[in-house]
Amino acid sequence: MTDAVRCTAGDWVEVERVLLEPADRSKNLPPETADKPLRMWIKGFALAAGAMGDAMTIETMTGRLVEGTLSAINPGYFHTFGNPIPELVHVGVDLRARLAEYHAAQAAGPTQKGGA
Amino acid sequence: MATKFDAIMARRGEIMLNALGMDYSVFEQSPIAFDYEGMMSAHGYSPQDIVDIQTKAGVGNTPLLELKNLTDVVRSMSAPGKGARIFVKDEAANMAGAFKDRRASVSIHVAKEKGYEGVIAATSGNYGAAVSSQAARHGLKCIICQETFDSRHIGQPEIVEKSRICEAFGAEVVQMTVGPELFFHMVELLDVTGYFAASLYSSFGVSGIETLGLEIANEMTALTGAPPTHCVITHAGGGNTTGTARGLKRAGATETQIISASVDLSGLHMASDDDFNRKSFTTGHTGFGVPFATWPDRADVPRNAARSLRYIDRYLTVTQGEVFYITEAMSKIEGLERGPAGNTAMTAAVSLARDLPRDATVVVQETEYTGAGKHHWAQLNFAKEMGVEVRSGDPKDNAPGKVIVIPERPEQIQAKDFDVARMRKSYVRNTLKQAPEGYVPTVGDIAFLAADTNSDAAAVEAIIAELKEA
Repeated sequence: MTDAVRCTAGDWVEVERVLLEPADRSKNLPPETADKPLRMWIKGFALAAGAMGDAMTIETMTGRLVEGTLSAINPGYFHTFGNPIPELVHVGVDLRARLAEYHAAQAAGPTQKGGA
Repeated sequence: MATKFDAIMARRGEIMLNALGMDYSVFEQSPIAFDYEGMMSAHGYSPQDIVDIQTKAGVGNTPLLELKNLTDVVRSMSAPGKGARIFVKDEAANMAGAFKDRRASVSIHVAKEKGYEGVIAATSGNYGAAVSSQAARHGLKCIICQETFDSRHIGQPEIVEKSRICEAFGAEVVQMTVGPELFFHMVELLDVTGYFAASLYSSFGVSGIETLGLEIANEMTALTGAPPTHCVITHAGGGNTTGTARGLKRAGATETQIISASVDLSGLHMASDDDFNRKSFTTGHTGFGVPFATWPDRADVPRNAARSLRYIDRYLTVTQGEVFYITEAMSKIEGLERGPAGNTAMTAAVSLARDLPRDATVVVQETEYTGAGKHHWAQLNFAKEMGVEVRSGDPKDNAPGKVIVIPERPEQIQAKDFDVARMRKSYVRNTLKQAPEGYVPTVGDIAFLAADTNSDAAAVEAIIAELKEA
């Protein structure tokens, strides 16, 4: 996502809109969901210039025209792998050591644990 | 007063009829029973036709690999004579990275043949990638409706990645906040676009999974001289179990035990804005597995082709921490870096194989792609950010949404049997509830319920009598 606050017509952008206000939602929702609107985000090409938060119509990949408020300009993806997980870093070493021990025991004779 | 939601849902039948290209009413037999096999074969494609469609689509014929190191880890902790051989079907090798390509390839073929301009699917899973990829190959437009964010606009890395891959294949992704009205918006979009509903639960999609069972039966016979003694299947909506089991049976593997496996997410509400980002698995979990098995027709089609209780011999649950451990282990000792959700069945298989004889053969029938966001590290880092405690210990202390316990040793991996008899009872109760008040099930209804629960008429009658008393 760029830091730009304005887009020009033809830019790849994202708009946001409310699909259902709380009163219009399904009746079978837990309270923490029921009291919030159902919101939607969708990407496409801006039909006109505008600033973040402005009402905006976009043309989506299927050619639909969708209205919303401009929520991102040139939106990207920033998910990653993140840091190694300390609770998992030992797994490979442990299991390789276990396999080495098991294979050595198997080579030594058929009476070992888990043997034939 | 009818809400906007109610208004669309009231027109759902008419909209779906146009969007599915198939009239389900012809299969109805009574307020309870319908002609399942008639529905499954109504598309007119033979098993060979499906294989041909998938071959052209670049789907299927994935490698079947024996996991000798994982088998030896199991044997290192088994009693003498125990420790079954473990195999995996590397479904991540499909074009969009999962077995879901099998499902999508048939649906998209049908959409193209019937002359639809585009397709729509509601899914936050790998199915979205599969539909988007196949739609791109067939020159069809594609909309994926996805439950992506909580009300704070925070999305799990796994789901955000699934948005990205759909968009990479040229799909329009409608990202939404938590709630079952995802389906409402899908119906609304089907109405305005006239596109084909590429439902996960149509007979097209489920027929597409049958080839996976066929390949497993044939490849295991070539490799070991017989079909597998056990097939372990990651279970969400039940299509994976249904299609794979049907394919195995079609190939003559009638003795293969069908074992579904899900991640235990008990206690977390699937429509809760608070719980949404406190679960580290977005599919393959009990939050889908149990409700869909016990009430399959809650799906987005009038009659669900995925009817897992027809095929399940056992249903095992495992914890999130156990699956993350096995996912890490698969990378380190088998050289297979794959996504965690697809390793749910693998985790159950490790527990299962430990108690089976050495000559038993256990096939885990899928893997899924991994990468930024979908990687188990990404999911665990996110869980920590969401306030979920991650620690080493005994997985018995697992508490969905609160604590993820990573096993310290493989011996601690112990799948639990979910009570299938209870699921059958729950299924019968849910089905009877759909019939008009006072309706008395006929002999034909009882036979249908028996087939739909893989039991017999006496067992169904006993359940009905018990429900009446309660």
